[in-house]
Amino acid sequence: MKTKILSLLCLALFFAGTPTEKTYQIGDAVNDFTLKNIDGKMISLSEYADKGAIVIFDCNTCPYSQAYRERIKALDAKYAPKGFPVIAINPNDPNKSPGDSFDKMVSYGKEHNYKHAYLQDIDQSVTRAFGATNTPHVFIVKKDDGKMILNYIGAIDNNTRDAKAADKKYVESAVDQLLKGEKVETNKTKAIGCSIKWKEA
Amino acid sequence: MQKFLILITVILGSIQLNAQQAKVVKFPELNDLINSKSDKIQVFNFWATWCGPCIKELPYFEAAREKMGDKIEVNLVSVDFVEELSKVNKFITRKNLKSNIYLIDDIDYNSWIDKVDTKWSGAIPATLVINTTTGERTFVEHELKEGELEKMITELIN
Repeated sequence: MKTKILSLLCLALFFAGTPTEKTYQIGDAVNDFTLKNIDGKMISLSEYADKGAIVIFDCNTCPYSQAYRERIKALDAKYAPKGFPVIAINPNDPNKSPGDSFDKMVSYGKEHNYKHAYLQDIDQSVTRAFGATNTPHVFIVKKDDGKMILNYIGAIDNNTRDAKAADKKYVESAVDQLLKGEKVETNKTKAIGCSIKWKEA
Repeated sequence: MQKFLILITVILGSIQLNAQQAKVVKFPELNDLINSKSDKIQVFNFWATWCGPCIKELPYFEAAREKMGDKIEVNLVSVDFVEELSKVNKFITRKNLKSNIYLIDDIDYNSWIDKVDTKWSGAIPATLVINTTTGERTFVEHELKEGELEKMITELIN
């Protein structure tokens, strides 16, 4: 009995020491989330996604997000009808980045005629779970047997400055492959971006 | 009035002469810098003029160079677009930056971010400190706190 308690205690201590901040990797099922959209309604990944979704951590204030704004709108226009809508999520702490407050998100979305979801992750828990580090940072999920499986992490394409000069369109290729039932060939890329403005710990 | 204008021209001219300018490089050149052997600890900071947290931490790099310049070499690598070069140079002049300054003109980020450090996600600011003789390196991807840079450097000085 004593040994049993002791081993249980050891087990408990072991788990207590394990870091809890594990982020999603390719192939993982992501947990559902519900966040507030700029139209005031709550949106859940599970309801909003059709065949899947293009989740993009994005914001008002980052010049690289601004550089990709029209491309993000175009992704939604092209892929929402095919079952992969864009879900943009603003991860920034509005205290650290006042230009990313909910009110500013609403006016930014209006100004730029957003048709896609633009949600605020006010407690940053979704951002942490995905392991997003910068804006814009893309995560493509595909519905598989009721689960949302992560299939791509990274950049939109290989030219932030000039959409026309981009000759590797990572997100488009990935979604096209998923729509054909294929595996995503390039499923991890990186790009320079603005660091996420985290709340003070 | 004319004298005044000449004076202004001379002053502006001398500022231009003394001011540092960013050197525009492609990745292979930066890669050589990162991987070449040096007696000094090499410090690389990735920043941009539009990046608030980057600008906030720049004084730490200037202070470290001032204090430990015989042991370290500070390289500030701007990721501003090359079209913004004059803006970057104006910024350098205004802040009177003395460290080595580069502007990386290589837009295919995915082709080189991992070569700087595999731990780098691409977010800035990011800082890499290397002891090129021992091969030891420290990489961080966040805004540095006071004293953090000095600690990173002294830990790598033998």
